[in-house]
Amino acid sequence: MKEIAIVGYQQSDAVSDAGAQNEVELIIPVLSRIFEQVGITNAQDVDFVCSGSCDYLQGAAFAFVLGVDALGAVPPIKESHVEMDAAWALYESVLKIRMGHADSALVYGFGKSSPGELPIVLSQQLDPYYLAPQWVDTISLAAMQARMMLDRGLITERDMAEVVARSRRNALDNPHAQLKGDVTADDILAEETYLSPLRRSDCCPISDGASAMVICTVEKAKAWGKPYAVISGIDHIIESHNPGMRDLTDSVSTRKAAENAGMGKGKVDVAELYAPFSHQELILSRALGLGDDTNINPSGGVLAGNLMMASGLSRIGEVFNRIVAGDAERGVAHTTSGPCLQHNLVAVLDKGEVA
Amino acid sequence: MANLAAVVGIGQTSYTTKRNDVSIAGLVREAAVNALNDADLTWDDIDAVILGKAPDMFEGIIMPEIYLTDALGCNGKPMLRVHTAGSVGGSTALVAASHVQSGTFDRVLTVSFEKQSESNAMWALSNPQPFSTHLNAGAGGYFAPIIREYIRRSGAPADVGIKVAVKDRLHGARNPLAHLQLPEISMEEVADSFMLWDPIRYLESCPSSDGACAMVIASEELADKASKPPAWIRGVAMRSEPTMYAGREEVNPQAGRDCAADVYKQAGISDPRKDLDVAEVYVPFSWYEPMWLENLGFAPEGEGWKLTMEGATSLIDGGDIPWNPSGGVLSSNAIGASGMIRFAEAARQVRNDAGDHQVPGAKLALGHAYGGGAQFFAMWVVGAEKA
Amino acid sequence: MSDENEMITGIEVPIYLKYNFTAGAAPARFLSQLKEGKLTGQSRSDPGAPVYVPPRGSCPATGQPTDTEVEVADKATVQSFTIVHIPIPGNPIEPPFVVANLVADGANISFIHLMSECDNEQVHIGQRVQAVWRPEEEWDYSMDNIKYFKPIDEPDVPVEHIGKLPVTGLEA
Repeated sequence: MKEIAIVGYQQSDAVSDAGAQNEVELIIPVLSRIFEQVGITNAQDVDFVCSGSCDYLQGAAFAFVLGVDALGAVPPIKESHVEMDAAWALYESVLKIRMGHADSALVYGFGKSSPGELPIVLSQQLDPYYLAPQWVDTISLAAMQARMMLDRGLITERDMAEVVARSRRNALDNPHAQLKGDVTADDILAEETYLSPLRRSDCCPISDGASAMVICTVEKAKAWGKPYAVISGIDHIIESHNPGMRDLTDSVSTRKAAENAGMGKGKVDVAELYAPFSHQELILSRALGLGDDTNINPSGGVLAGNLMMASGLSRIGEVFNRIVAGDAERGVAHTTSGPCLQHNLVAVLDKGEVA
Repeated sequence: MANLAAVVGIGQTSYTTKRNDVSIAGLVREAAVNALNDADLTWDDIDAVILGKAPDMFEGIIMPEIYLTDALGCNGKPMLRVHTAGSVGGSTALVAASHVQSGTFDRVLTVSFEKQSESNAMWALSNPQPFSTHLNAGAGGYFAPIIREYIRRSGAPADVGIKVAVKDRLHGARNPLAHLQLPEISMEEVADSFMLWDPIRYLESCPSSDGACAMVIASEELADKASKPPAWIRGVAMRSEPTMYAGREEVNPQAGRDCAADVYKQAGISDPRKDLDVAEVYVPFSWYEPMWLENLGFAPEGEGWKLTMEGATSLIDGGDIPWNPSGGVLSSNAIGASGMIRFAEAARQVRNDAGDHQVPGAKLALGHAYGGGAQFFAMWVVGAEKA
Repeated sequence: MSDENEMITGIEVPIYLKYNFTAGAAPARFLSQLKEGKLTGQSRSDPGAPVYVPPRGSCPATGQPTDTEVEVADKATVQSFTIVHIPIPGNPIEPPFVVANLVADGANISFIHLMSECDNEQVHIGQRVQAVWRPEEEWDYSMDNIKYFKPIDEPDVPVEHIGKLPVTGLEA
């Protein structure tokens, strides 16, 4: 199968409220930076464009239609959209390149979550007949999951606090992070409980922003003369929707997707995991079998800033950044969707040849 | 080059105003089971599911693929959700095809749906936005001025739209799944029907339907072994352009012309009217038939209406290039599914499996969908033969 | 058969979500001017770039921001229109009414607005119209500051010139 390279990645700062900016205004600066990074003018210079967004974040239908206004899509372009995180837009783009209908693709995701009450809004992605009418919000569901972990002795509150503290410290080196600081697990444990057993720090913040990536065939990456990382494997799997139908303390789909993506074929230097709640990072790193030799969430992960519909793509982008910077040879990126880690995508990235 | 892929199973629900005997999960599952049965397959034979629907606000469920996982037998498999406005049913079929054409999967299920009875599409489409003049009267209000401009430019007689409305309903009367069953419809009845958005009359508009459509798409190796004739995918294309920009050609959008040229090139079509046997084209308002006849190259600019008036697009009149023998969007409109129904009906024709609305001997067919402000296009060409 | 024997196949579960709506930075500049009774378009900074009214944050053709502001006229030309015979949900206006795509003089793209003080059957493409503003004390950050557009006694604009008139209108 055709080898596909990542040649560019950009994201906006994760901010709690992007103020007056609309979707187009969130996307334009990120796109202009990535065009500059790759050395192209606009979306006319790639063969395919795919985006990820969710109308309900800002409460207006057809958010992605406005996004097209940021692309320079005159003359018309080959373009598609998923109502999912942009990591799945990347997946669709990978298929497009593999089938030979594109040599390059621009992928972007954006979300403005600040206008609504995100945890409540997301309650409406649950089963509309049985669960959504109860308005079970995402934090409550995650709290139940954490409670199961604690009660079974799989984790301790200190383990969770350690995840948060590491995120805050790692985020000190991430210019786009929303939450950062030189804090310890003891500092976190001293915080009051928010939604038992979760503290506020166990939950990712609500952020506005966008991210973008350019991928292409390895031949094209060489022609462009840009440093690149190779997507050596990518797979995703969804599980049962009903939280009572699966073991919430494990992530079977993450493990299987990683196997399918060939993660086990070599050492993993770095992992970026989409864990909106601290205990979920522990579930994921165990499902992936990550040990001490893997640097987990060096960006701070989404606990440091969560660009809904773009954070998954950002995990892949963060691994790409570390590989092209020479900090890692091989890495794994994970994305999730749905309540309590229902749907998971795993991408394995390898260092490309020197351009 | 893309790997060869084919449609090996097609399933639809019947289309009707209210399917209150099934939930949304029940609706999509019905179409999916019908597609599996048609393909003589079971859930275990499916590698991935690709779901499409129009905006989440129609049913008020955010990312419904999350909840529909279980109904679609997708637990433990990949699930992808496509949304490209009104073209979504077509785009979803194309994304599903790419799963196989890329060599990544052997056999996938694709489903699209809308349950308009559990939603309020008119509200979702004309949801008042602060600061804006609230004059958005849904899709009809948006497209009526564009149709008016087409009529001005082409000098088409006023009854072209009426003729299309009658023709597609007579086609629909031959399709037992079609929502509107109007075998007695006449030009007078359409002309006398209530004017909604001048020049669009009530009977020149699509209905609001509940319904779902599903297809199984398989690799060449598996399609060769299929129990029924496969519909080989001979060309796939998508194009998008912004809703509004200075100088945009709204009547005959460039994105549609480019998309058609791309898909024809792949399928080796030089003269679509001659080379294609049948087309299923997204015509939600009657006047879009002549407009798309020109946009898709079946007629020179300004002359699409002549084909309509000659009966060239009528199966019943024995026209040389029947458009929408299934009755089209004018007979059934489950919005998110409408594009996929076009793609699936094109496949039914080349499988010689379209029942009373079969175009005799059809070998090559076009499936077409558009969305947004006529700015998103998705098309495929399917054939009875591989090449 | 009594009602209690009928099977219930559905119930209504209304969903209410609250949002703080923002128009966007570029639209906000447009709306602030509108509150002062001025219609301003925006364009890219390169000379001769098309002028958008209302602006949405970018020139959609190129994807570049529209940093440059120019005042346009409140006179406009009918690019096309529809006569709507059904009510718009949530809008008290009584059908039939004319909704037109109008291009303001000095702008290069149409916006949607109402036409009134006209015979609906006489409305036509190329017709000249002017804004009828609400009383100044009612002005807000909204296109509704303009009540509607009414026909004016100026010659029709040839179709090929619609969307290309300067801010000074037809004479120039």
